Amino acid sequence: MAADRGTALIEVQSISKFFGSVIALKDISMICYPGEVMCLLGDNGAGKSTLIKTLSGVHIPDEGRILLEGEPVDFNSPRDALDRGIATVFQDLAMVSLMSVTRNFFMGREPAVGRGLLQRIRFGLANNTAREEMKKIGIDVRDPSQAVGTLSGGERQCLAIARAVYFGAKVLILDEPTSALGVKQAGVVLRYVAQAKARGLGVIFITHNVHHAYPVADRFTILNRGRSLGTFEKSDVSREEVLSMMAGGQELDELTSELEEFQRADTAGAAAASGAPH
Amino acid sequence: MTDTEKGKGPVTPDERVRDVSIVKKLLNRPELGAMAGTILVFVFFGLVASNSGMFSAKGILIFLEVSAQLGILAAFASLLMIAGEFDLSVGSMIGFAGMAIAIPSAIFGLPIWVSIIFAFALAVLVGYINGLIVVRTGLPSFIVTLAGLFILRGLTIGMTRLITGRTQVSGLKQLAENDWLAPLFAGDAFGFLFADNPGVNGIPVSIIWWVFLTALVTWVLLRTPFGNWIFASGGDKLAARNVGVPVEKVKILLFVGTACAATLFAAIQVLDAGSADTNRGLLKEFEAIIAVVIGGTLLTGGYGSAIGAAFGALIFGTVQMGIFFTGVNTDWFKVFVGVMMLIAVLFNNYVRKKVTEAR
Repeated sequence: MAADRGTALIEVQSISKFFGSVIALKDISMICYPGEVMCLLGDNGAGKSTLIKTLSGVHIPDEGRILLEGEPVDFNSPRDALDRGIATVFQDLAMVSLMSVTRNFFMGREPAVGRGLLQRIRFGLANNTAREEMKKIGIDVRDPSQAVGTLSGGERQCLAIARAVYFGAKVLILDEPTSALGVKQAGVVLRYVAQAKARGLGVIFITHNVHHAYPVADRFTILNRGRSLGTFEKSDVSREEVLSMMAGGQELDELTSELEEFQRADTAGAAAASGAPH
Repeated sequence: MTDTEKGKGPVTPDERVRDVSIVKKLLNRPELGAMAGTILVFVFFGLVASNSGMFSAKGILIFLEVSAQLGILAAFASLLMIAGEFDLSVGSMIGFAGMAIAIPSAIFGLPIWVSIIFAFALAVLVGYINGLIVVRTGLPSFIVTLAGLFILRGLTIGMTRLITGRTQVSGLKQLAENDWLAPLFAGDAFGFLFADNPGVNGIPVSIIWWVFLTALVTWVLLRTPFGNWIFASGGDKLAARNVGVPVEKVKILLFVGTACAATLFAAIQVLDAGSADTNRGLLKEFEAIIAVVIGGTLLTGGYGSAIGAAFGALIFGTVQMGIFFTGVNTDWFKVFVGVMMLIAVLFNNYVRKKVTEAR
């Protein structure tokens, strides 16, 4: 199955991460090919954030390894991961609201000329690029020197993604990109995700919202309490199945049967009560 | 963030950006308040102290020199504060560095230039340790450098008494006379400009340092990638780290910067006075912070200006000397400084809200 897709962009092989006695992740495996949206689903506390922090170099895994285009890699810092083409758009967006759009867009990777003390940012180029890249996704920032704090949530999200794409990301990791957005703005972001996929990027889309994930995703990996419940092709699962697995399907089933039990007891009790006078 | 966006409804993004007039843009500059304050102070003393000689060439150089010395500290303190940290140990560092220059030369007979380099090396070490402790432990720099304030001052007094038996070391003027490095830190320059003014020998080097360093620091802050990292480190340390800004390195380097600025201050004072005192630089850390805050830099970091800090220092120096020239009891100076700072903080707070609010 994997052969006809070529080499995986990024492959995670049985990664584990522990924080003291807490098992944050255990034996997680995951794979993402170019031009594919791999959707990482999980409820709160499932370990999604820990996993992407591991992929983006914030955490170093305690067990297992990460392969980038078939080659094992060790990330010691977010910078390492970035340099290898793994760009992560965190939930907090890594934006500084007091800084301008341009300064944020190029934060950490400023286009500079000159050496030593004469090194300087090419602000003309930077401003134009920021404006152009934002225009590509339909947001007109007329003044790229305005503070990011003045943008709306959706605009900020798009700015963060545009930045990652611009900097040659091969793998784009999006952490809950739509969770804080309204319907319309979420649509803009999802359309942009589809665009990135069409360009041949590998997208790892983290969310707990199946309704946002399902239309754009090709495959799903479902996390529950630090462990993987497996990876599923979109053709193999329905939206409802994904949803029930994510919430810990078994627990839901148990809850349902328990509720039914209560109901039965109630009706039996009512029957007994109504039967008593006779 | 989300609260302010609610109720805006489905407005298309392009309609949200409006043209802003140049005046409005200027209002968004952090140093504006300090500039306005400076004009106010000059107008005030121009009216009150016009006959006192404050605005003669000599008078101007006197208050500029006072401003300059503070301004050197403020320039680097502003960078550090924009990066989200304080350095309360600069005042003590001044005393410490002063003795590091004076004792090796006056007591052990080393050339002044060796002592100056020695003092700067110590400054790099102190700044590095301050920075390292702050970034490694994540403790507030307020506490870490407050400890530094006491440790350095105590070390200065203890070591000086141990070596010399006193708290003052003098006789450095003669030693500095033929030194090749000392003229960088002492005396006056461009004396020819004042050839027809017998009371003035030239522009004190501290003023030249001040202008040069303010320009340099402003360049670094506004035009270089490192400057962008400073803003990012102070604006949101996590965000900065996540996009690959070496926040720790930036902060450590800026702590080294403030310690070196304190040493420059010490070198200028020691070589100018010809003596070092263990109590030099007392309270300078607060004066530097006040100058920076008046200059429009946010105490919380991420926003500010080195030019503003220079104006803050200028206000400070002008008022300090202005009160002296007008003959008002100098006790009132501190009241003025306190009020000025309060106004500045309130104004900055307002400006920050203006800058970040969703329009």
